[in-house]
Amino acid sequence: MPVEVSRATIFVEGKPFEASATTNLLDACLSLGFDIPYFCWHPALGSAGACRLCAVKKFANEKDARGRIVMSCMEPVVDGLRISIDDPQAREFRASVLEWLMASHPHDCPVCDEGGECHLQDMTVMTGHVYRQYRFKKRTHRSQDLGPFVNHEMNRCIQCYRCTRFYRDYAGGGDLAEFASRDRLFYGRHEDGVLESPFSGNLVEVCPTGVFTDKTFKRHFTRKWDLATAPSVCVHCSLGCNTIPGERYGTLRRIRNRYNSRVNGYFLCDRGRFGYEFVNDAKRIRKARLAGHGSTDGDDETREFLLRRAAEAVAGPHQAIGIGSPRASLEANFALRELVGAGRFYAGVADNEWRLTELALKILRGGPARPASLADVRLSDAVLVLGEDVTNTAPLLDLALRQAARRGPVEAVVKAGTPDWHALAVTDLVQDARGPVFVAATHRTALAAVAEEFLLTPDETARLGFAVARRIAGEASPGDLPPELESAAARIARALQAADRPLVVAGVCGGDPAVLRAAAAAARALSNGKRKAGLFLVFPESNSVGLALLGAGSLKDGIDRVMSGEAGTAIILENDLYRRLPAGAADRFFDKCRSAILLDHVHHATAERAGLVVPAATFAESEGTLVNAEGRAQRFFKVCPPPRGVRESWRWLCDFARAAGRREAAGLRNLDDLILAIAAEFPELAGIREAAPPAGFRIHGSKVPRESQRSSGRTSIHAEADVREGAPPLDLDSPLAFSMEGAPGIPPSPLIPRFWRPGWNSVQSVNKYQAGIGGPLRDGDPGRRLIEPPASTSPGFSVDGPRAETVGAGEGLLFVPVYQIFGSEELSVRAPAVASLIPKPVLLLHPDDAVMLGIGSGDRVELEVQGETLSLPAKITAEMCRGAAGVPVAPSGALGLDLPARGKIRTVRKP
Amino acid sequence: MFSILRSIGLTFSHLFRKKVTVRYPEERLALPARWRGRIILSRDPDGGERCVACYLCAVACPVGCIALQAAEDDHGRRFPAFFRINFSRCIFCGLCEDACPTCAIQLVPDYEMSEYDRQNMVYEKEHLLVDGQGKYPGYDFYKTAGVSIPGKKKEGDGDEEPPVDLRSLLP
Ligand code: SF4
Ligand code: SF4
Ligand code: SF4
Ligand code: SF4
Ligand code: FES
Repeated sequence: MPVEVSRATIFVEGKPFEASATTNLLDACLSLGFDIPYFCWHPALGSAGACRLCAVKKFANEKDARGRIVMSCMEPVVDGLRISIDDPQAREFRASVLEWLMASHPHDCPVCDEGGECHLQDMTVMTGHVYRQYRFKKRTHRSQDLGPFVNHEMNRCIQCYRCTRFYRDYAGGGDLAEFASRDRLFYGRHEDGVLESPFSGNLVEVCPTGVFTDKTFKRHFTRKWDLATAPSVCVHCSLGCNTIPGERYGTLRRIRNRYNSRVNGYFLCDRGRFGYEFVNDAKRIRKARLAGHGSTDGDDETREFLLRRAAEAVAGPHQAIGIGSPRASLEANFALRELVGAGRFYAGVADNEWRLTELALKILRGGPARPASLADVRLSDAVLVLGEDVTNTAPLLDLALRQAARRGPVEAVVKAGTPDWHALAVTDLVQDARGPVFVAATHRTALAAVAEEFLLTPDETARLGFAVARRIAGEASPGDLPPELESAAARIARALQAADRPLVVAGVCGGDPAVLRAAAAAARALSNGKRKAGLFLVFPESNSVGLALLGAGSLKDGIDRVMSGEAGTAIILENDLYRRLPAGAADRFFDKCRSAILLDHVHHATAERAGLVVPAATFAESEGTLVNAEGRAQRFFKVCPPPRGVRESWRWLCDFARAAGRREAAGLRNLDDLILAIAAEFPELAGIREAAPPAGFRIHGSKVPRESQRSSGRTSIHAEADVREGAPPLDLDSPLAFSMEGAPGIPPSPLIPRFWRPGWNSVQSVNKYQAGIGGPLRDGDPGRRLIEPPASTSPGFSVDGPRAETVGAGEGLLFVPVYQIFGSEELSVRAPAVASLIPKPVLLLHPDDAVMLGIGSGDRVELEVQGETLSLPAKITAEMCRGAAGVPVAPSGALGLDLPARGKIRTVRKP
Repeated sequence: MFSILRSIGLTFSHLFRKKVTVRYPEERLALPARWRGRIILSRDPDGGERCVACYLCAVACPVGCIALQAAEDDHGRRFPAFFRINFSRCIFCGLCEDACPTCAIQLVPDYEMSEYDRQNMVYEKEHLLVDGQGKYPGYDFYKTAGVSIPGKKKEGDGDEEPPVDLRSLLP
């Protein structure tokens, strides 16, 4: 959006109002709190003028009494504009538009999953259309099977083009389009099949009707009004998108987007939206288990027993170490650190990854480039991505980068006089023009569609990055690049320098410290004078940054302590060590460890080996704080109480610490105690107190209800077990209540449990929660940024990084990790819908390398790397860089290996 | 004085009026069909479950005594996996019946629901589902809504045209 916001005075029903002059009339009126019905306009997708529902009367001047009907979404706001929303003719016009949009509607709300949160229902009520007068037969469509995520029911469509505008124009998808003409318009794929875009789930929220609905939700369908909801944060990558999980009858039913203008905005990725079903997994750890004793029921006796066992283990003669987790909350990690002592707290992360995480954090802290938010990314006008396949490691960053790629061309169009909200005009004028986006990666990434991509080994990527940095800083190129990369470096440097808001993206998942340093150098070089370059570093997991901010020893040091016999007990927090260590090393560790205590919710190899397994709550059943890649601390709240016998990790750990007689833990009884203790011990983390109001917060003496006012079945849900109604469970850790009673109205933004306003049952109600359409939530977006680097470059700055640390130097073939949006992340693969889309693991090889190694396509090859043997079919493709082989990070792939690393390869069998 | 005598006279005159009470349980009143008594779930003319598990009765219920869970059979027909009414809470207001788009849930003229144990007032689907159509014979939701079930295609049956040909270029 243009930076300077000029204001205009518009007259609605004769009364003057202040509005932004850079927007359209519909947007302005909605911002002012007026209700105008609409379909095809979407705050992130702009206006199309397709549905004709947003009609209002416009008057030429004060004297004009007749006026004329205009589409408010296509009308620019100009000073002195006079309109009427309530005009009888405008009303009648809107009602008839709705009537003809409904002429062929199947009228099947009772079995439509959109019912109760349907924008079409809301608009029908708002316009007052009640009776279908059309006497002829309904036009029908054949619906399609679009894969495991999205259900398709084409007869409900009202032809607003939102789906294809999102899917094609916004998210860059190619396999959804509009077909046919006139009233035969059809929105779908050219044939049945899985939607290819990793953002397909957003169709569910973008489509104002029940054409696209959530297929995973369908299998345990519940109406929106019956879902207990709470503000939450996605746990499936480091971006920390804000979500609204919904629960009913003790199981998690779905995930919806929670608007945050600085982070995810209106959209989520499919991993975040559909990965939730791990919470309902039948194999989940729900009972405490003592090796050799089987599992026990979660009653008080068991709790006492667990506390005793854990206390013995910690206080006993064998020292205990704690292994933290990058997917557990700050509070849980801190509680573990309190339990075992800071000196015995280790990061539960592979060593290379941990070194890189610490390095990345150091870079972010050091500045002067600012850690970019996703909102900053969306507004960048030149981007360099170094060595990170963001589509697969931080999916929504891909979506943000696609907006950045259009930023320059869109701004040019806007400068030439077309307003940016005029979506179809802008799209027509921009055509395929893309701003400068450069990607260096080991293999072809999805961003290649909008970027110039270089397929390079990590080492080459780092050299390219340094060359770019040197050129920007005006220094001579080191001259260690082949000529075509040398000229590319010059091109990239020029493009970044010419930009107003340049951005450099890199990440820990790529696995190379030199690449990180190169990215840092480029971002530093760009941040001179007034211009601030953005720097976005992707981290591997939802709380990798939080764990690094707490600080911990490396996993290797912790393991060594046990292997040397110095420590005998390991307390493992929400972690599968078989994902962190090669299987052999993990086996040896558990063989040596006298007592391994695991707190987790998902079942995995470590749970098989642990002596004592303690059932921990998932994100849906606990609260805590996660720090995302931007350094933003965000609080998530429980949607429902944990199942019987299950407790939050931090609560178990605090109880263990008290049972073990640790004095530091005496005062740690609830979440706020932990938050205050963390803030006191780590000044850098003090901001987490402001991430959300404390448990004592009340609105006029009331808590914020998790259930809607219409929540049903209060006196019958539990009647089967006991007809007497007990009191609802208490929540002492948060200002939210497990109840439909509580403060009505809009709570502070970190506590918004759902978007709903009277008359606005659908997700469109988010308009009512914003300070201006598309702006921040009314009292600011949730979350607190913890890392604000110094503004100036530190003296003695040089763009050269140490070159020696480039990993994988040495003998043998270099294996690099290839991440997958579905498959690489530990929790989401336990959701059946996600699991069904995990691709078959293959080893990626460049044709030249394949010839050199004598490997043919489809051959089964055996890799020997880090003492492990891996057998995979080979895929020979020019989409891989020369000089490295890509190993999928997925089950039966590179899990547990610390890639990039060198190793041996040999053919086992020809196909 | 006179008014007292008049009252006594009036009271005693009732001895000779027609009785309104009946000797329940030997004798019973003939209740109108619209009497709001025990709640049933009915079936459509073809014998299929009428309830499509839309949750509207549950949300309409002012005391929240209806709980259910939607499920879908292999043919895409919706039905309640469980359906529970806690009659010890029900106030027989009939709002659930008003809300029901399929005429599945109906209040019927049966009031004999006394129990010694309150737990027995909790009715599950097997206690609620009857074999007939109840008060609304002939109504079939699937015949009027654009939803396909076995024997009735969504596209091109009844009220609908056959699916459009997407490749047609005709105006
Ligand atoms: S799309 Fe909306 S109006 Fe149409 S059937 Fe579904 S809920 Fe009803
Ligand atoms: S499918 Fe949905 S989003 Fe697409 S045109 Fe139809 S109603 Fe609009
Ligand atoms: S991008 Fe990451 S945080 Fe956002 S929804 Fe996807 S997995 Fe979750
Ligand atoms: S309103 Fe009718 S169709 Fe809907 S759930 Fe209740 S009984 Fe079933
Ligand atoms: S919202 Fe204005 S025409 Fe559709």
